[in-house]
Amino acid sequence: MKLRSAIYLASAALAFAALTLASTLPSGASDKVDPVADAKAFQKFFTDKFPKVKFEDFVNGPYSMNEDLYRQWQEKEQFPPYEFSLEMGKEMFSKPFKSGKSYEDCFPNKGIGIRQNYPYFDEKEGKVITLELALNRCREANGEPPFSYVKDEMAALTAYMAFTSRGKPMDIKIPNDPRALAAYENGKEYFYTRRGQLNFSCATCHVQSPGERIRAEILAPALGIVNAMPIYRSEWSGMGTTSRRFTTCNSQIRGVPMNPQDDEYRNVEYYLSYVSNGLPISGPGARP
Amino acid sequence: MASSIRVRATASGETTEVQALIQHPMDSGFIKDAKGEIIPAHFIQQLTFEYDGKNVFTADWGGGVSKDPYVKFAFKGGKKGDELKVSWVDNKGATDTTTAKIQ
Amino acid sequence: MTDVGFSATRRLILQGAGAVALVGLGNLPFGLTPALAANDKYPEAAFKAKSEADAIKALYGKTAEPSDKVKMDAPEIAENGAVVPISVTTTLADVTSISFLVSENPVALVASYKIPAGTLPNVANRIKMARTSNVIVVVEAGGKLYSANKEVKVTVGGCGG
Repeated sequence: MKLRSAIYLASAALAFAALTLASTLPSGASDKVDPVADAKAFQKFFTDKFPKVKFEDFVNGPYSMNEDLYRQWQEKEQFPPYEFSLEMGKEMFSKPFKSGKSYEDCFPNKGIGIRQNYPYFDEKEGKVITLELALNRCREANGEPPFSYVKDEMAALTAYMAFTSRGKPMDIKIPNDPRALAAYENGKEYFYTRRGQLNFSCATCHVQSPGERIRAEILAPALGIVNAMPIYRSEWSGMGTTSRRFTTCNSQIRGVPMNPQDDEYRNVEYYLSYVSNGLPISGPGARP
Repeated sequence: MASSIRVRATASGETTEVQALIQHPMDSGFIKDAKGEIIPAHFIQQLTFEYDGKNVFTADWGGGVSKDPYVKFAFKGGKKGDELKVSWVDNKGATDTTTAKIQ
Repeated sequence: MTDVGFSATRRLILQGAGAVALVGLGNLPFGLTPALAANDKYPEAAFKAKSEADAIKALYGKTAEPSDKVKMDAPEIAENGAVVPISVTTTLADVTSISFLVSENPVALVASYKIPAGTLPNVANRIKMARTSNVIVVVEAGGKLYSANKEVKVTVGGCGG
């Protein structure tokens, strides 16, 4: 009995391994990268699947998918647990560096109400710049050590900046530059590629199964999923960054996480943000 | 604000609605840390609200109240600009107090 | 989605026990109600009681009768057992105290609120629940004790944990 099941498992594992190597892009993928068409199709997929959900509510993740969860969230939003992290972020943001300058000197409009423009493609450098990356670059440019991408300080800072943009529509631009299109496409490919021992892609959960349960949790739709970042998760009992969510998600599907802010993470954030253009920024968000 | 207490008090007609959110670990004393050792009990035991020199609400709490505890209640009276005094004491004897203005 | 064989134990947690805690029968003679103003001590003993019956006895010295005049608002399934929003409101008159208990918690009494005259008999708070359990609300009104209860399911966090 044992030998038979062992052989079965081994061949299943081989099959999964083969599948993992093949990336699964949506059917009809042509040679030409067309983000505009992608975004339209992406948004239509979700609005068709959930006709009762108001467009702007997709940014509320699992709360838009389940009434019981929604009510608990609404009750907590009256005076949210992330209040303290948000306050800390505001304080940190206004405190000058040793150099005498502060964060406002690194960003347009003094860093207020600009979160919806991130990530952006930097044509000089030829790469995607996320808000987290920009914040650490600001620190380093002013003689300060960078913050961990997965700890409280970066979470608090991005929470404050997101808060100043609440309600503003996501507004990601892809310049007419083949490198920008390549980064976008790389992000899209990452999103649809299976990985880890559980052999899930981001799409497996967030495109195929939003509103359904994975074990006991309700899955969020991919549409608007980054609009709520950073998120105060009940599970973390604290605020966590996009980097934290990407890396922990990789671990949870029993994959090996990359380093925070690695190319593919920044590119998938770029892709996800672009296809959610027009949806409001809701960060900092709360999540189970 | 250095205080751990955040208050939102709003006067509406004849009543004042009060919401308080307090930064406090509220450790129950039943949870173990990553090393497997019990995190000692550390929670607010009593939280009081005073308006016009009188107590309008008292919360007696145990370790079963959530971290960064929240409570909402309402009392008759109070008007915009008046003060509400909020104080707590925890099981370690630590205290904090703040005065908030009713909006 | 690939079936990864979610464990049977997880399913059991989701089912929940649904046992209703019995909180006392019949009317009790109108007894003494300690004046709230004179009794603002922290109820140490009640917070040491394991069962909700012992906690209620330590707090009030009497047992409660279920009343539909005590309205609880609690979720069906808690988003996370660490922060479960529960509120109560009542149309009963002369409310002097409102308490929240969770039968399956290591300490059943979670919170007890003293309601002076002039304060409305409504309270909202956020509590911890160790597992699926009956949540009981007790209201002391006019010297008598009334209760309501609701089972709230608590699940283990998902996503490969």
